[in-house]
Parts: sequence; structure tokens; C-alpha cells
Amino acid sequence: MSTAHDASAARASFRMERKPRLLRLVAEGVWTTRDAASLDAQLQHIDLGDATEAEIDGSGLERIDSAGAWLLVRTKRDWEERGKRIGPIKIPAMYETLMHAVEHEHTAPPVVIHNRHTLEAFVGRVGRATIHGLQQGVGILGYIGRVTVEVSEAIYHPRGNLRVAALIHQVEETGINALPIVGLLSFLIGVVLAYQGADQLKRFGAELLTVDLVGVGLLREIAGLITAIIVAGRSGSAFTAQIGTMRVNEEIDAMQTIGINTVDALVLPRVIGLAIALPLLTFYSDMMGLLGGAVMCYFDLGITIPQFMRELQTSVSVNTFMVGMIKAPVFAFIIALVGCFEGLQVERNAASVGKLTTRSVVESIFLVIVLDAGFSIMFSILGI
Amino acid sequence: MPGGNENDVVIRVRGLVNGFGEQLLHDHIDLDVYRGEVLGVVGGSGTGKSVLLRSIIGLNEIRSGTIEVFGHNTDHLNEAQWREIEMRWGVLFQEGALFSSQTIAENIQVPLREYTGMSQPLMNEIASMKLSMVGLPENAAPKHPSELSGGMKKRAGLARALALDPEIVFLDEPTAGLDPISANMFDELVKDLQESLNLTVFMVTHDLDTLRATTDRIAVLVDRKIVVGTIDELRRNPHPWIQEYFSGPRGRAAA
Repeated sequence: MSTAHDASAARASFRMERKPRLLRLVAEGVWTTRDAASLDAQLQHIDLGDATEAEIDGSGLERIDSAGAWLLVRTKRDWEERGKRIGPIKIPAMYETLMHAVEHEHTAPPVVIHNRHTLEAFVGRVGRATIHGLQQGVGILGYIGRVTVEVSEAIYHPRGNLRVAALIHQVEETGINALPIVGLLSFLIGVVLAYQGADQLKRFGAELLTVDLVGVGLLREIAGLITAIIVAGRSGSAFTAQIGTMRVNEEIDAMQTIGINTVDALVLPRVIGLAIALPLLTFYSDMMGLLGGAVMCYFDLGITIPQFMRELQTSVSVNTFMVGMIKAPVFAFIIALVGCFEGLQVERNAASVGKLTTRSVVESIFLVIVLDAGFSIMFSILGI
Repeated sequence: MPGGNENDVVIRVRGLVNGFGEQLLHDHIDLDVYRGEVLGVVGGSGTGKSVLLRSIIGLNEIRSGTIEVFGHNTDHLNEAQWREIEMRWGVLFQEGALFSSQTIAENIQVPLREYTGMSQPLMNEIASMKLSMVGLPENAAPKHPSELSGGMKKRAGLARALALDPEIVFLDEPTAGLDPISANMFDELVKDLQESLNLTVFMVTHDLDTLRATTDRIAVLVDRKIVVGTIDELRRNPHPWIQEYFSGPRGRAAA
């Protein structure tokens, strides 16, 4: 242990000596950050009395650091302000540089930290968020336009700008690697749906209609929706994180200076890749969901698999299946687009990657559900 | 001061071994840091300068060897003792490592809030005192780190490292990425603070000007070992890397 530190056994203290018209503050012990809090309170309660002159004597101090020195300097300034005549602070010679640094280099008023929880600040935040939301909407709309043009160009006038290797990689990453989780969750949804349906329909003696419920519900709505939501959480976030990290590392800037079109290189493979993968995943989810429903129907209601298939054939038309499938590429387009768009919004700091990844997932799930509702309305008007 | 006696050793490293996988970074190195000195640590890229620093402050698991800080073997400390030691040192990381969600003033107050029971007004006063000590303008206090330049971030990081008036300050490449004028100012700042606060400074750096301007002794990491001496002693050292470093074109320019 250092000698200096052992000395901290001697606590910080001070005493006041009062003579007619002279007030002396004698500081003793070790004035350091550790005891600054209690010294601060005591120093503020000194009764100055009617003395006209004051003196601060720290020559008996064993040790002092900048916090202790500040307390002495502050006391001195405070007393001067209250009209006392006061000489220089006495201090052991070895601490004079410190005292000088504190007293002469620091003359500014203390920091004021504004409370960030006032009504004014709240109104400001709401206003900023509103404007930001609108700007974001305009930005994403422009982006959808640009990507739509590029995608249709890549399809109708291929000029070799579609990166096939990257595209295949994206299909693998977003499609094949998502099979286990999509499969398991779809199976479980099928099970849950069949169980709940059987429970309710049993009361009307219409157990067989469970098959209709599972078939129509899954193929038309739930399988597509659950797949899109899983993919938004899994791949949409990955797009934002990947592209965002590239932004932080200035990789995107490097691409631009080399003359690579970032939409071609980064966005197109992801958008088209997901547009291929998501419909396939949705079909897979349909099948796994039906399997889950069939298994549950067999165990809960005793409907055998052939019976299930027959009932399914009568209740589910090709249109029902197509209604579910046709939504998948649209969802894919939106998820990939939001993921890439938010990735490109990342600023050059790591915190922004996390923030925008969260935002990307929330936005794409939100948009998927809104679009799904839109589709429902459209199909009901069309009578499909 | 340099060459001080046994009692004045604040950091004592003995037989330190560090490495990644098969590759050995430090092979049984010994190092003493004396109270009140400025020690510069230099070495080529990948020789483990930062790893040495991180080993001493306990951020890096060491393979073998002992590290004593203020006479305590850091391997045998319980949590309360660690806190006691951590209160007596301050660390400036390469990019400042300021907490991005807090303002500069709040950043400086984090250690004060953690270790002392100071009232908010006193913490505000101490924060502005530290700001002027490191030469930052008053209007930097309410800003967030993202609004500051690299040099200002380093100063703010130093202010936070100094918040508790530590006895040892660790600086990891304090002048890297600064323009020469800011780097000079930073050197002077370190020297001034070291004198007025009687600090022990452990500084990892590549900057020959900084070494010349501020350090009392220099530790060179070469061939997984460490060579310690003053700049003049090291100039006479025959090791080719050390010769190249101190007597190469840049080394001569700094002299």
C-alpha cells in the first residue's frame, strides 16, 4: 500500500477560528474526492458573522486533490462575493501547482444540466418525430420507385447487372436456411388451429368442419402471414444489419467511388432473392401447417389422413390456395425493400446499426400486416 | 521520479505471458512503473502494447505471471478490493469510449456518481472544473459525444478518467488520429496535468514526438520481451528494431 493512501485514515476536517473582524478557516487532514460530499455540505453552512476579513489556511493539510482544492477555491470565491476581504489560500508548497491550476485555469460558471423531461421538451420531441416520420415516408416512397424501376429493368432488359451468385446466396440464406424454423412454427400453428377449431365445433357436432377451418384459414391467411413475419424478423433485420455494417465501415462509399451501383450490387439480389424464397417458404409453410392440422385431427377427432384429404379437397378450392400464394411476393418485396432502405440510412456509428435494425423489423412487420388487411378487403370486393 | 526506489513502484509486472492460440505475444516480461513517472510503451503493430495495458487493468485474462498494482496482486482481489483499486486509476481508451447516450458533463459525472455521495450541484462544479483542466470549452458540457471532434472526444475521455483524481492514468494511443497541433497540445496537457496532479502515467503510443515531449522512461516491446530505458539509453541499444525506431528518419526528426 502506498504511504499516501494509508494517510487517508486521517479524515478531512476543518475548524473555524473567529477573531474580531477576522474569520479563519483552517483545513486539516486529507481533502480528497472521497470526502468531498460531506465537506461540501459543511462548508455551505458556515456562519460568516460580521467579520470583514477572512483567511483560508490549508497549510496543515496532509493531502489534497483537485476536488478538495476546488472546495477551497469555491469557498473563497463565495466569500469574496459576499464582500469579505480575503487573501490567497495557504497551501503546502507541493500542492501549489495543483491549486494554481484549479484557481486560475477554471473560472467558468458550473455546468447546468437541463432537465430533459419537461413539457417543452416533450412537445419538441413529438414535433421532431412527426416531421421525421413524414420525411421517412417520402424517402421510402422514392426508394420503392427507384427499386421497382431497377427490378423491372433487370427482368425485362437484362444487361448483365443481376449478380447471379449473390442472388443464389440470398435464396439459400433467406429460404433454405429458414426451413427449420418456418416448418416447426407452421406445424405448431396447424396443431393449435385444429385443436381450437375442434374444441369449438364439437359443440355443434360439426367436427368435420375443423378440416375446413384449418385448410381455409391456413392457406388463405395464416401460413402466408406467419411466414412473412418470421422472414421479416429473420432476414429483414439481417439485411439492415449487413448493409448498415457496410455503411459504418465505409464499404458503401468505397463501392460508389469504384463505380459500382449499390442498388445493383446490394439491393437487387436481396429483393429478387427474397421474392423467390418467400413464395416457396409460404408453400412449405402451407404444407407443414396442414400436416400439423391433420395430425391433431387424427388424435383429437379420430379423422384419418385419407378422410382429412377428402374433406380438404371439397372445402378448399385452387383459388383459396392462390389467394395465399399471390401475397407472398408482395410481402417479400416490402420486407426486402424496408430492410435494405433502413440499412442504407445507417449513420457512421455502431449504435445506429442497432437502432435501425429494430426499426426495420417493426416497420416491415407493420407493413406486412397492413398489406394483408388491404388484400383481404380487395379480395372481398372482388368476391374471391 | 524515474529510477525511484522499491517503495515507489505502483505497478509491478512479473513473468507475464500472453498469447493468442499458438502465437505468443509476451514471453515472461517484467516491468516496474514508478510513482509520478510518465512511462511510454511502444512497439510494432501486433506486439501487444494494448494487450499489456488491458492485462494490467484486468480486462484481459493473462496466461501466467503476476501483476501487482499499489502492492496488491490483482489475481487475489475480491470485488470490494477491485473497486478500491479501480477508484485509484483512470483509463482513456483509444476513441475516448464515452457513453454515447449521455452528455459530456454526465459522462464525467459517472465515476463521481458511482463512487461518491456528492450532491448534483457539486458534481456539476467538479465536471466543469475537469472540463477546463483538459482544455475543453464550457459549451462542450451539454453536448453528446457524437457532436464532438476526435480530439475533443479524447479530451473529454481524459476528463472522465481524471474525475476521481486517480493516482495512475492509463492512456491508449492518446494522440493517434489527431492533427499535429492538437497532438502537441495533448502532450502539453498530459505533462501539465501530470505535474499539477502528481499523476503516474502509463501511455501506449506510436507517436515519437509524444514520447520525447512527455515520457520519463520508455518500454519497448520487441521479440515478445520488453526493453526499458530513457530515450537516450534506447538510442544506444543495438537491437535493430529499436535502432530503426529511434534513429530512423522519423526518430531523428523527433529528436
